[in-house]
Amino acid sequence: MSIFSKVTQAVVQFVPDRDRDQLSEEHRIVGKPIDRLDGPQKVTGAASFTADFPLEALVYASLAFSTVAKGKIRKIDASEAEKSSGVLSVITHKNAPKMKDPPLFSPSSGTDAAASTANVVNTDEIYWNGQAIAVVIADTLDGAEHAASLIKIEYDEEPAALSFEAAKSQAETPKNIMGEDTEVERGDTEKVLAQAKYKVDHVYSTPRFNHNAIELHATTAAWNGDQLTVYDTSQFVRGVADSLAKMFSLKKENVRVLAPFVGGGFGGKGSMWGHVQLCVLAAKVVGKPVKLVLTREGVFRTVGGRTPSEQRVALAADETGKLTALIHTGTTASSFANDFAEQFSFPARHLYATESLYLTQKLVRLNTTPNTFMRAPGESIGTFALESAMDELAYELGIDPVELRLRNDPDQDPAKHTEFSSRHFKEAYRLGAEKFGWQNRPAQPRSMRDGKWLVGQGVGTAFYPAYRFPAAARVRLNADGTAVIQSSAQEMGMGTATVQTQHAAERLGLPLEKIRFEYGDTNLPQAPVAGGSNQTVSIALAVQQACEKLHRELLKSAKQDQNSPLSGSHFDEVRACDGGLFRRDKPETGETYVEILSRLKQDFVEAESETGPPLETMKYSMGSYGAQFCEIRVNEQTGETRVSRWVGSFDTGRILNPKTAVSQFRGGIIMGIGMALTEETFFDERTGRIVNPSLAEYHLPVNADIPKIEAYFLDIPDPHTPLGAHGIGEIGITGCAAAVANAIYHATGKRIRELPITLDKLL
Amino acid sequence: MDSPLAAHSVTLHVNGREHKLQLEARVSLLDALREHIGLTGTKKGCNQGACGACTVLVNGERINSCFALAVQYDGMKITTIEGLADANGLHPLQQAFVKHDGFQCGYCTPGQICSAAAMIEEFRGGAPSAVTELEAKDIEFSDLEIQERMSGNLCRCGAYVGINEAIRDAFEVLSR
Repeated sequence: MSIFSKVTQAVVQFVPDRDRDQLSEEHRIVGKPIDRLDGPQKVTGAASFTADFPLEALVYASLAFSTVAKGKIRKIDASEAEKSSGVLSVITHKNAPKMKDPPLFSPSSGTDAAASTANVVNTDEIYWNGQAIAVVIADTLDGAEHAASLIKIEYDEEPAALSFEAAKSQAETPKNIMGEDTEVERGDTEKVLAQAKYKVDHVYSTPRFNHNAIELHATTAAWNGDQLTVYDTSQFVRGVADSLAKMFSLKKENVRVLAPFVGGGFGGKGSMWGHVQLCVLAAKVVGKPVKLVLTREGVFRTVGGRTPSEQRVALAADETGKLTALIHTGTTASSFANDFAEQFSFPARHLYATESLYLTQKLVRLNTTPNTFMRAPGESIGTFALESAMDELAYELGIDPVELRLRNDPDQDPAKHTEFSSRHFKEAYRLGAEKFGWQNRPAQPRSMRDGKWLVGQGVGTAFYPAYRFPAAARVRLNADGTAVIQSSAQEMGMGTATVQTQHAAERLGLPLEKIRFEYGDTNLPQAPVAGGSNQTVSIALAVQQACEKLHRELLKSAKQDQNSPLSGSHFDEVRACDGGLFRRDKPETGETYVEILSRLKQDFVEAESETGPPLETMKYSMGSYGAQFCEIRVNEQTGETRVSRWVGSFDTGRILNPKTAVSQFRGGIIMGIGMALTEETFFDERTGRIVNPSLAEYHLPVNADIPKIEAYFLDIPDPHTPLGAHGIGEIGITGCAAAVANAIYHATGKRIRELPITLDKLL
Repeated sequence: MDSPLAAHSVTLHVNGREHKLQLEARVSLLDALREHIGLTGTKKGCNQGACGACTVLVNGERINSCFALAVQYDGMKITTIEGLADANGLHPLQQAFVKHDGFQCGYCTPGQICSAAAMIEEFRGGAPSAVTELEAKDIEFSDLEIQERMSGNLCRCGAYVGINEAIRDAFEVLSR
């Protein structure tokens, strides 16, 4: 941590808290399980995703990819492609107009959003196998795709770094992990471990994973002079716009990026991948709007996924199960065109009390697609290792795995030594255990059987930090009593549009149908990246502040008007309800917005607000917690594992919409089941090529793989967040892989420490 | 022999409307719908028949439209997601998907709903699935059957539980 961060951290301890949000306890509209507001559009095909916008004179682009992992392009022959029917242009490094270098995304880099520093098609340098090296533009999609296959490339190949195992000897220690200290050390863990009576010390590994949102990454770009309009399937429209402005030397205000509907992201669309700038470049070259939809193979080749990891967890405990040492170290991979050490050591910073603690991470560089955030980066793979180890320790001690966690629930943050803003870890465990029926579970492995199926039950802790980023929002009240809320936020299915409408309705005292939430457009006030489960809370605070500002202005105007029943009322004396502002002490005294605007003779009034940095997350330890319980069945003859039951129990602050929230939890859990049992991106270490770049061979969980997942939540507001809420998009995947691995151990007596747990590992 | 790139006259009957098109033989039914007719409700997720996002109905049966050449469907009746609702409003499956939150991002949803509509008809026609008992006379519309018959439609958001509840609900409405 920098000196500056340390000083800030010390200073914020004296900064007073924001007032508790009064709406944390309101239950009129927020907290109701209303149907997704964009549901009717989504079920009728009317929701327009990036690739769905019809533009005049639209043409199509397709990419060619490198087939070596490192080296230089010696020769590129595009002559056949250029002659192919309908081809307008072929762009390679030989003829490509120059772009500025892509501004690399980092947590502290504002709106820089490029996923990689590789200035593809402006360079003959190859950084990974599958890198885009040419763009074909043609008047039809089939024409562009066919012509791309006709490009002939020769390389001067160089030896590439492709083996994770071999690279480990040269692993570096990153300067920081997502802005936090790489190393956390308290006490002499190795000494404690060596002397401990009860201990476990094992290595866990996780493979590469890819997001595989069903919507293919797509971009449509149209130039009008030096004005650029881009439809992009993005989790960060502002970042894409500002990064394109930098690369193409444009004024920021001349670039507009729109993403009204995004067909799933999971982190894969959180930064700007090379095809985005290539589509913009192509549109510039041919002077027509261009649509570039990556093929599924193209997504695997050019959009990175989750790093592989190898993690050591060592735990020591006294005879009562209290942890005396916790070590969590290991290695992840990044590429030569980005810099991202996935934060697997984060859960251990916040979950358990321990006498001594040692956490650190190492990083290797490989010639692969740049790695990137994928749902709960760090926490998903970190909890696999940590929570498997906790289960192993429970068996060493002969203590129930749930009980072991409860005995190690800390009073304050084990790494930061700060108070928790809101932590109900034990309650989440108790609720989950009760719903699952954990008390009936026999402790002994291989003690439950159903014919040829060995049955097991397992548990793992879920954890994800509660982040908030600065954000802006605008609120406009119209003379007809309707309101518009605006922020450039993204909607990938989390329910953003629905819960922000619920929030604004509650905040303004208007019915839902009077509110319109506008988002996914950089012409609107700036929202942060939809990542780190921050968006709901970040936007909510901006909307809260904008509404407050608007209400204060309305009261100011009423003060000057003797005829207004609100004349002389202070902000604290009124509340927004029944379509206007009314006195708290005399609920019948007040004015509707329609009356106020009529009195002011204005068509509308509006207010905009921008929130400040998240001092609260520096002052407190802020996170969400949960317990994942599952029952699995392993076929004794074939090793096939089926998940038969799942209960997730979560402490994630106040729930804003139970219907969409349950979907979020379930969605995360299903991705966690995939991570545990079926998913793996196979990487050929001889060539650096991904060998299963398709949905036929990268196995996402299908409908028949998933039981009726039950998700419960405590619904206890966090006093330090707007609405008392936490983001919930990522916690669902955490703890899942460990819960499955632990259940498999309970069923079979076999401990598998390497994901995914495919049947070959159980035979 | 014609050039492989020669245009063919193709008439597609989509959602009750006739579309006369000139298409190269290589154009898939999916691309014909999306890029040539402008019906973008049907989605492309893999373009190789692995995800089901492009599912449409041809003469009432479900197919992956990315895996079909448009010229082969000359004269056939095609129903896409845009054609499922009628003058009375949303199709019972569409209503049930909203009610049970059978989606999040909504991208696989048109394929899921079209697939479910045809699946219900397959079931009613007595077609067995891989999980149907060999001797079964009356197949029960069970969770097991729904899950098996819907496993050709991937949902990465993980809305399967809501999808299955929606299908069960709509099946009851459609059976009244």
